[in-house]
Amino acid sequence: MSLRLEHVTKRFGDVTAVNDVTLSIPEGEMFGFLGANGAGKTTTFRMILGLLDPTEGTITWNGHEINYAKSHLIGYLPEERGLYPKLKVKEQLIYLGRLRGLNKEAILKEIEYWLERFKVPEYAEKRVEELSKGNQQKIQFIAAVLHKPKLLILDEPFSGLDPVNVELLKEAVIDLKNNGTTIVFSSHRMEHVEELCEHLCIMHRGKPVVHGALKEIKRSFGKKNIIIHADIPLDELKDFPGVVKAKTTAEGIHLQIESEDVSQHILAHIVNKGFIRKFALEEPSLNDIFIEKVGAAYE
Amino acid sequence: MNKFWIILWHTYVTKLKAKSFIITTIITSLLVFALTNLNHIIEFFNKDEKKTVGVIDQTGTLYEPLQMQLKKSGESDIRLQSFTGSEDEAKKNVQRGKWDAFLSLAYDDKQLPKATYYANTIADSDTPNKLEQSLQQVKTALATAKIGLKPEQVTQLYESVPFHKVALEKNAKTEEELNQARGLVYILLFAMYMFVLMYGGMIASEVATEKSSRVMEILISSAPPVQQMFGKIIGVALVSLTQFIVLFAIGFSSLKSSGKELLQFLGFEHIPISTFVYAVIFFLLGYFLYATLFAVLGSLVSRVEEVQPMITPVTLLVVAAFFIAMFGLNAPESSFITATSFIPFFAPMIMFLRVGMLPVPFWEIAVSLALLIVTIGLFAFFGSKIYRGGVLMYGKSTSLKDIKKAIQLTKK
Repeated sequence: MSLRLEHVTKRFGDVTAVNDVTLSIPEGEMFGFLGANGAGKTTTFRMILGLLDPTEGTITWNGHEINYAKSHLIGYLPEERGLYPKLKVKEQLIYLGRLRGLNKEAILKEIEYWLERFKVPEYAEKRVEELSKGNQQKIQFIAAVLHKPKLLILDEPFSGLDPVNVELLKEAVIDLKNNGTTIVFSSHRMEHVEELCEHLCIMHRGKPVVHGALKEIKRSFGKKNIIIHADIPLDELKDFPGVVKAKTTAEGIHLQIESEDVSQHILAHIVNKGFIRKFALEEPSLNDIFIEKVGAAYE
Repeated sequence: MNKFWIILWHTYVTKLKAKSFIITTIITSLLVFALTNLNHIIEFFNKDEKKTVGVIDQTGTLYEPLQMQLKKSGESDIRLQSFTGSEDEAKKNVQRGKWDAFLSLAYDDKQLPKATYYANTIADSDTPNKLEQSLQQVKTALATAKIGLKPEQVTQLYESVPFHKVALEKNAKTEEELNQARGLVYILLFAMYMFVLMYGGMIASEVATEKSSRVMEILISSAPPVQQMFGKIIGVALVSLTQFIVLFAIGFSSLKSSGKELLQFLGFEHIPISTFVYAVIFFLLGYFLYATLFAVLGSLVSRVEEVQPMITPVTLLVVAAFFIAMFGLNAPESSFITATSFIPFFAPMIMFLRVGMLPVPFWEIAVSLALLIVTIGLFAFFGSKIYRGGVLMYGKSTSLKDIKKAIQLTKK
């Protein structure tokens, strides 16, 4: 019971947009797609939705191909936001909801619930072009979820929102997930993926370069970070054996090290030199992994 | 409810509720009303516009016959006023606005009438023309009397030659029928032309609007593009039908109450029912042919401003069809018209024209219709493929090369 992509490849003429992607997303999970612009995220989504046919490979949802007969089970928030500018929010959502197979009464109830939840009940009778961009995005999100989809695809759901609205939307996404919706979303904001997803995949030039559970990925990455705040000169640590990267900060230094062991050597090295306010060993951030995997591939 | 119907209904209702549609319908209705009541309107404005023309009759014998002649030909809006003063005084009267003009009558050396017409400007050709015609009659009467012809003989002289045209073919239309058919065919052709252009353009820009506002991507993830394309085409067709019915009802009822002659001239009364049936068939097929093309072209552009240059070639085709049809009204039997009536792009207008005016063998109509339907089918098939890819394509696109790109997008 899951969304499965098997050896999916998409070529446009000579350009290979997606290259041999194999993924399995269990039901009820939240799955993150990371990747630079042009990495193939949107093309992958469009193939999952059936808007494009894969050149090779198959995509199945619970063992069946995805087609228009199942569109009531699927919700989609495209990266390029768009609604009818001249239509009122309510009319708009009714139309889009009916296209997803919902009847009018049910839609009205959902609209009321979601507008209330997003603290914008007064927008129901407003035309979309009168709303701010962030509010249009909320309406678009409602359009993607009001039919209670089983599979929800969110292309850059949080881009362009202020922090308060990001939180509102994040809560909504988490609620949907807890109610059993399988959610696939893309982002280039690492912290969102880190916070929300158990599983993720980093795409680079159409290929998944990292793929798996977040914890696994971090562990297998091997490298760790050390944060030191101290009043002693720390620059010499940059050349310490096992240190990969170093960045001086106002209060001390950030180091990336090859393995956990190195941290003990560093601690031993500086512990008697003066007052140390902070010495922390941290897991690598997704950002580090992303830059390492994608940045390295650039070179 | 099927998604196709949801799209159709949505298109229909939103278009119908749009302010621009309501305003256009009201304005056009007023125009139709005005047009069908044109004779009343002109009469109304002309009521007080009697022209007063002073007459200096140097002969002393021409004034009376001219007055009589004017009355006989029913020119009630010209009032003559005999004047005995000098020409200078008369000119002053015109300049002061007492008269609209004055006419100086005299005999030439052959003792026949001649006249000079004075007015502030001679921009108005109506009044002098009427006076000239009446004077011509007076002159004819005088001249013929001089050579001793009796009035009956004069009437005989001027009687027009009886010239009848008779069609030998059994189903051919009589001359009277033909004239009536021409009127009706002309009106229907014009309506076809207007509606294809107006509503075809509406479909193209509708599709382009959905694309440019990027709502398209949600739409095509909810319902198949083919259903969307045809939902839209038929939805707009219903809008046009609604408007057509409103205009037709207004036009017909106001014609019935005001202008019986016009109604007869158009020949609505003697036209066989089959002509109307063909009109509807060709109208619908013509609409579908062009609407499909317009929808596909609309799906290729990314912004509404790019619609116009994209659809221009197709628009020109419609215009060409219309002008060929106009030519065909006077020469429906020419082989050029016969040939073009089988070309699908022209068939809706040209074949209808032939059917309306000539006895066309049924097989010819059937062939033309079949070709048209097959073409529509082909366009619909390829069109929906292009549409599916086209709606995902963004960027500057004003060339037909994009069709290839769009089809490529839908391939594996």
